[in-house]
Amino acid sequence: MDLNAYRKVALVLIEVGHYALALALALSLTQMVMPVWASRAGDPVLRGVAVPAALATFACIAFAFAALTYAHVTSDFSVQNVVENSHSMKPLIYKISGVWGNHEGSMMLWVLILALFGAVVALARNAVPPTLRANTLGVQAAITAVFLLFILTTSNPFARLNPAPMEGRDLNPLLQDPGLAIHPPLLYLGYVGFSITFAFAIAALIEGRIDAAWARAVRPWTLAAWCFLTVGIAMGSYWAYYELGWGGWWFWDPVENASLMPWLAGTALVHSTVVMEKRDALKVWTVLLAILTFSLSLLGTFLVRSGVLTSVHTFATDPARGTFILGILVLFIGGSLALYAWRAPTLRQGGLFAPISREGALVMNNLFLSAACATVLVGTLYPLALESLTGEKISVGPPFFNLTFLPLAVPLLLVVPFGQTLSWKRGDLAAASQRLFVGFALALAVTLIAIAVTWGGPVGAPLGIGLGAYLILGAALEIVTRAKGKTLSLSLRRAAGLPRSAWGTALAHAGVGVTVIGIAAQAWSVESLATLPRGGELRAGPYVAVLEGVLPRTGPNYTETVAHLTIREGGDPVGVLQPGKRFYASRNMSVSEAGLLTVGASQVYASVGETGADGSVGIRLYYKPLVLLIWLGAVVMALGGGLSLTDRRFRVGAPALKPAARDAAGPVPPHSVPAE
Amino acid sequence: MTRRRRRSVLILVCGVVLAAALGLVLSAMRDTIVFFRSPTEVASQKVAPGTRFRLGGLVEAGSLKREADGKVAFSVTDTGSTVAVRYRGLLPDLFREGQGVVTEGVLEPDGTFRADTVLAKHDETYMPREVADALKAQGRWQEGGAAAQGQPGQGQPGPVSRTAVK
Repeated sequence: MDLNAYRKVALVLIEVGHYALALALALSLTQMVMPVWASRAGDPVLRGVAVPAALATFACIAFAFAALTYAHVTSDFSVQNVVENSHSMKPLIYKISGVWGNHEGSMMLWVLILALFGAVVALARNAVPPTLRANTLGVQAAITAVFLLFILTTSNPFARLNPAPMEGRDLNPLLQDPGLAIHPPLLYLGYVGFSITFAFAIAALIEGRIDAAWARAVRPWTLAAWCFLTVGIAMGSYWAYYELGWGGWWFWDPVENASLMPWLAGTALVHSTVVMEKRDALKVWTVLLAILTFSLSLLGTFLVRSGVLTSVHTFATDPARGTFILGILVLFIGGSLALYAWRAPTLRQGGLFAPISREGALVMNNLFLSAACATVLVGTLYPLALESLTGEKISVGPPFFNLTFLPLAVPLLLVVPFGQTLSWKRGDLAAASQRLFVGFALALAVTLIAIAVTWGGPVGAPLGIGLGAYLILGAALEIVTRAKGKTLSLSLRRAAGLPRSAWGTALAHAGVGVTVIGIAAQAWSVESLATLPRGGELRAGPYVAVLEGVLPRTGPNYTETVAHLTIREGGDPVGVLQPGKRFYASRNMSVSEAGLLTVGASQVYASVGETGADGSVGIRLYYKPLVLLIWLGAVVMALGGGLSLTDRRFRVGAPALKPAARDAAGPVPPHSVPAE
Repeated sequence: MTRRRRRSVLILVCGVVLAAALGLVLSAMRDTIVFFRSPTEVASQKVAPGTRFRLGGLVEAGSLKREADGKVAFSVTDTGSTVAVRYRGLLPDLFREGQGVVTEGVLEPDGTFRADTVLAKHDETYMPREVADALKAQGRWQEGGAAAQGQPGQGQPGPVSRTAVK
């Protein structure tokens, strides 16, 4: 093709993309019906249709997504979506991430990831029984089809505008941040990843058969989704922390709760599938949990997308969309729970265990996580329910969640190291306590030191630090106990020979400890605010900020007022902060840009308020001790999950580990052999 | 332990934890919930001083006064009634006279509202939902038209900043 032909194709690329999306709908409908029907009829050839259908659906949606991205990148203002959310002067990274910085585009990202997971399940080489795989792909396709229908009928991103304006209205300045490129894709990988677990659960209910093989097939997907969701939430939290300019890292905003609820349920699910896989117990509960986790993801999508909430994430309020998503919600949650009520009694109950055992501890984990999730659900939905019933408007804020969520989270965290130490089936509490004694003692020492160092400060914070230390030490002790041998080199070899899932578990639990320390340390954060003249000083904790001057700056699509602050500690300059206030003329809107100085895991944080006529400027200065640990802990948790994911037993069917490599790992204590 | 005993232990523990969660929710509900009130509701309902609530409406034009040591005073109106508000701290980026605002705090005995939190919208074209509803209740709202200030549902609804001065 010559250049002109390319141009012609590019001109109608949007229409081709729209067509590809409709084609994807047809394909996913095929994928929904064929395998389920063929499995019933026992036709393996027809059942096999699911695999190419899943791949083709993904290809079509990916093409449609690429077409929309092309329109955004080339600033094609004949496309309404581009006009409303882009600007020719916008930097390239925001032109790309702006694709999902709006309602239509973010739904496109949703289905893209949904189809991606479908394609990966179709291609995955792990040993999933063919009928289960076919039914799972069928359920997955049903979800894809419904959401494609939603996009095509209520949220078409490919609508043209005639006549095309010369310039776009630009993206909401709050979203013009690298965070937009990272946070939504990760969050959706988590949210949508739980659709696979859901599809597996429904497929199992359709078949009426569920066993340890099911759990082994589901667990990697659950773990992967959980890892993405963990990092996605952490990224969102860090983004809100530096972008909103108020130094808070969690607001108990309904939208945050919408992502926290599937995370809590997903965390419970990650643990209950272990019980199911190893001990063939908790089957009926695990299936319910798999359904609930994805239902909470759908509920989150409804809360965010329907516009019943007003927040940063609500791009548009359109009743038709809200009604449609509510319909999807009722269809999937209602349908799956009805199927569950009908089929669950036919599932055979599995293994027995004593209350004091690894299983018992994991039941406690599930119980506390579910209860905590339920309190968050109540706090999130109660204002909506009350307003629609009585018209009374209320807000349920941080005090509510601090009073309900924390008392449930703390006992859960106390149980964590015990759970790791207790053996399956029947555990010995006294022996476990003995093994954990060193951890207890050291954590207590850490608490006392923290109290002594910060004498007169908040009381809860040292206890929180102690709790975090206890979690980290508990995780470390578990590895030490399992690896301990007669000599150091034997111990090291044993440690290296431990299954990766053991290391993953320890790492993830230690990550929780790191986050807990970061959260607890925020009780010591200092905030101060003042209107400073040039040369004025403001103190926060050990740091003093000196205002050197206020300068204007011009960005690609904004103008900015930047305050130059020198940060001193004990008289010595340690760094420079440049918080600014950006004004986006295209939206007539200003946004604060925080200035951050990282010292170890702590941060000094400044944001600017109004500039007075005399050149003075309002400055808000924070000292945030150990604040980075909050998000670092989440990353460690996800790394632990990722390490677990590489465990041998999930790679059955994949190239096996060479026998020589296994032998070199040395003898492993009997209780650490995975019960395969 | 028999299977039945084990199961009853499990059910008992579940019951205790769930009951505890329910108790926490109910007690927190009683103490931590904050109601939203419009200036007209404040005037008509005789709110007791010291009650914590959210007050929302428009910042009355010409009412903003800056005082020493960072204190500000302004009035919140829904065009029917007006409440004087005092606040210490930096105002949000888009706090402007004539535009929508939601504040949280307590009513003083003299009838002024001492706010410790000011939530302002982050976008020109957007009005907090509660404020829009309060204005509708006063009959001062024209859907999509030249309402006094702000036009929700038009153009790009932006976010209310979920930000607060403490």
